[in-house]
Amino acid sequence: MSAKSMSTESMSAKGSSSVTVNLKVNNKAVTETCAANTTLDELLREQLGLSGTHIGCDTSQCGSCTVHFDGRAVKACTLLVAQCEGAEITTIEGLGTADNLHPMQAAFRECHGLQCGFCTPGMIMAAVDLVHQEETLDEQKIRKGLEGNICRCTGYHNIVRAVATAAKKMRN
Amino acid sequence: MVSIVYAAPTSIQDAVELLADNAMPANVLAGGTDLLIQTRAQAGSAESRLFVDVKKIKGMSSANMTPQGLELGPSISCAEFTARDDIRALYPGLVEAAGLIGSTQIQGRASLGGNLCNSSPAADTIPALIVNSAQCVIVGTQGERRVTVEDFVTGVGSNCMHQGELLKLIFVPTPVARTSDAYLRFIPRSEMDIAVVGAGVSVTLDASGSCQAARVSIGAVAPRALLVPEAAAALIGTSLDAAALTAAASAASAAAKPISDKRGTAEYRQHVVGVLVKRATLIAADRVKP
Repeated sequence: MSAKSMSTESMSAKGSSSVTVNLKVNNKAVTETCAANTTLDELLREQLGLSGTHIGCDTSQCGSCTVHFDGRAVKACTLLVAQCEGAEITTIEGLGTADNLHPMQAAFRECHGLQCGFCTPGMIMAAVDLVHQEETLDEQKIRKGLEGNICRCTGYHNIVRAVATAAKKMRN
Repeated sequence: MVSIVYAAPTSIQDAVELLADNAMPANVLAGGTDLLIQTRAQAGSAESRLFVDVKKIKGMSSANMTPQGLELGPSISCAEFTARDDIRALYPGLVEAAGLIGSTQIQGRASLGGNLCNSSPAADTIPALIVNSAQCVIVGTQGERRVTVEDFVTGVGSNCMHQGELLKLIFVPTPVARTSDAYLRFIPRSEMDIAVVGAGVSVTLDASGSCQAARVSIGAVAPRALLVPEAAAALIGTSLDAAALTAAASAASAAAKPISDKRGTAEYRQHVVGVLVKRATLIAADRVKP
């Protein structure tokens, strides 16, 4: 595809096969030009090197590509970069660091909420949004809240425990 | 994925002009949760597609309550829609239908207008819109027209919109006093599935609990969601007693023209649609404020 760049204004008006988008990724301003059919997960992984966002099913069923779009969980495989103009994106890399884990990351480790780990970044991003959205959480709400995230290893039990544990810490 | 030409007009007029241009096949893009999956499935196609993102147009993603009814910007996300207490108070069944679509992450992007324009026989919001007598305001280069939701969808994945037309607004009239609605669907899993059968019911009761008006719509049991006046007629004038509910269920089963597929047999769907109509009627009646 031709990556001939046009100004943002003329692109928006008439349409273009290449888009230049301004967005924030993990609190950092980013301006990227890419083909108009590029999805957010591709931009994150291939252009920005943020490979913590995983691509599982690529059809928005499994949830391993979950990131935050203006604070809310979305599936990055079903979102065009072009739709992200002005958006604030947070990925698993923006949540905590190896030395200073986010309470949700710490709880997944503590509760053994993972085995192979493939679904984990998406689970954690979905779970953080869930804690932010719900004033109180019980097991039923956690299971319902994670309906869009599939794990084939754990049987979910320890994931639910991890989210409940993290929720308490996040509210303190 | 096929090549995409992306445009983000900021006015309805610009959007309509882009959609009317014959240069390449064009799609309206709102949340994209259906469109992107469908586009990716056409990976082998050499033809480019024009995506007209309508979310930058003012009013396309908002919902305004007026004395006449709810003016719904078609691109409003299910998450924003279901979070609105004022909407839930008047149309609880429509809100529960929107809340069933996909998962939390999908709901943040998926829109009510998208669910309607995708025109799946199993779309959850369509029966719920039909029982609320919702209308579609469609704009094209020739001007505006209004179509009821029951007439909007014409078949599996098809609707009455022509090239160059855009769904500008979904209008849901204010229900008369002592009216409420409900939507139920049956899926074999607990979450993240597509309706095997869906049923929406709206009832208006008088002070003694007698049914003054009703609308019944069934989904996933025909090429498009159906309004079933025979089922409504079985409820009107009754106290929604067991005989009336059985008659409404039979009318719904008779109106259903389901297929057999991996989700269920035709016979099964025909039975379940009656059961859901009964249950949704009781839930809607229970919600009517005294």
